[in-house]
Amino acid sequence: MTEPAMIDVNTLRISFGHGASLVHAVDGVSFTVREGETFGLVGESGCGKSTVLRALCGLNPAWSGDISIAGAALARPPDRAFFRRVQMVFQDPYGSLHPRHTVNTTLGEPLAIHGIGDRDRRIVEVLEQVGLGPAFRYRYPHQLSGGQRQRLAIARALILEPRVLLLDEPTSALDVSVQAEILNLLTDLRRARGLTCILVSHDLAVVAHMCNRLAVMMQGRIVEELDVAALAEGRTATEYGTGLLTASRGYDRRLAAAFVEKTEE
Amino acid sequence: MTAVTSWLRADVTTSPLHARMQRAFYGWLRLRANPLAFAGFLTLVGLVLVAILAPVIAPVGYNEQSLALRLRPPSAEHWFGTDELGRDIFARIVWGARITIYISTLVAVIAAPIGLAVGTTAGYFGGWTDTVLMRINDMFLSFPGLILALGFVAALGPGIGNAVIAIALTAWPPIARLARAETLTIRASDYIAAVRIQGAGPMRIILRHIVPMCVPSVVVRITLNMAGIILTAAGLGFLGLGAQPPTPEWGAMLSTGRQNMLGAWWIAAVPGIAILLTSLAFNLFGDGLRDVLDPRSE
Repeated sequence: MTEPAMIDVNTLRISFGHGASLVHAVDGVSFTVREGETFGLVGESGCGKSTVLRALCGLNPAWSGDISIAGAALARPPDRAFFRRVQMVFQDPYGSLHPRHTVNTTLGEPLAIHGIGDRDRRIVEVLEQVGLGPAFRYRYPHQLSGGQRQRLAIARALILEPRVLLLDEPTSALDVSVQAEILNLLTDLRRARGLTCILVSHDLAVVAHMCNRLAVMMQGRIVEELDVAALAEGRTATEYGTGLLTASRGYDRRLAAAFVEKTEE
Repeated sequence: MTAVTSWLRADVTTSPLHARMQRAFYGWLRLRANPLAFAGFLTLVGLVLVAILAPVIAPVGYNEQSLALRLRPPSAEHWFGTDELGRDIFARIVWGARITIYISTLVAVIAAPIGLAVGTTAGYFGGWTDTVLMRINDMFLSFPGLILALGFVAALGPGIGNAVIAIALTAWPPIARLARAETLTIRASDYIAAVRIQGAGPMRIILRHIVPMCVPSVVVRITLNMAGIILTAAGLGFLGLGAQPPTPEWGAMLSTGRQNMLGAWWIAAVPGIAILLTSLAFNLFGDGLRDVLDPRSE
């Protein structure tokens, strides 16, 4: 573990709204991800994990604290070169692809924005890498299945050859049968390209499969950080972490009753 | 023919042109499947053909007067009768199709880009840009179209060119409203977020990513509005502020026919029916266009 820190987040705060309706979606989050590592962010819906991710890729400028990626502080707005280093795969492949752009246009757009030449070769190459043949090149998204769409979304993120890939629940909108395919694809690509990843998920099985370390978030705070070995053995330090872990193993009558008691107190 | 059809139906499209042609082909099939919209489409194609072929269909010209033959009812010789100056109404309707098409295309060409530009800009940037643009928009919207057009024509002077400008100025605000509403939903979508984190600037996002999503509804809207535009043009003609005599503009023809309405109903009725049919055709076609242009229904 001597690799330098790729992503360094220090007391990150993000809030929405003003006055009485002010909500601290993220309230003082700090973590470090080393180069080549995959870091998981888990927690229940609305705990702020996706909000952290959107701030990291420059989509949400309303944050305070320190974020530095590859040794450079994240600017507001980020410069164009930043987007060649950091890319993101969205949760819903049905919403993240432009309905009127063919696969070719979708993949050509980032190259055009950054003035990168040799587009034909790059497009065919990246399609190959995500397991879509050249036959898909001139199709519209509505002619693709969910899994194929997510492969295209991954190809779009990778065509700029980023060093950091942010994954926002990349499999939760897919069929169970396709989820494993996409996870394996991501694992292979990450290894082949030496990517640093942050994976946001509420599915602990996915996190256990993909990540080296993870952080558990609750109500905008990180309550616990553990490595994947500890997760596999069920060694969680906090009550909330244990609850999340138990909940992910399936429905448990005693556990559910305990949660109800706690909320009634 | 079968080679072309199988190329259009191919499972694997091999070039951008092929992909676009295939989409157009499936759109065409959906239009064919909707009888009312297809009837509207055929009527409009007919109108364009009539306008192009006017010298062939009506060689007499629209301004051949013959006072001996005035106010003749429809007959084998004069299908739609003659007007108060003995001009053949059929010929005038045929030549008038050119003016109707001239007005409607010019208004569409002027109003749609203005509406799209204002609406997408306001919707994408939000904030004070949105406020300023939409208040200007409200100022235009707060007058009834015909009244506003009347005002513009009165200021610019009567004539068909000024009528077109005036109508275009009243036609863009609803389009801007529509484009803004669409933009508000589109800009929150993940595919816009995706292109933003590729580093695209606002101009690129609006022109290449938002506008193509707004175009179908704008095209549908302007086609549906076309009926209103033709009626406004006819209204201006009727009030003497549009096309000037002896131009065979349908609204102006209707207006002069009014004086002889009781004795010679055909002078007013025939251009009235022509206006009605054209407006109806635009409405039916616009309705069907909604299905044709929706990429998700393929």
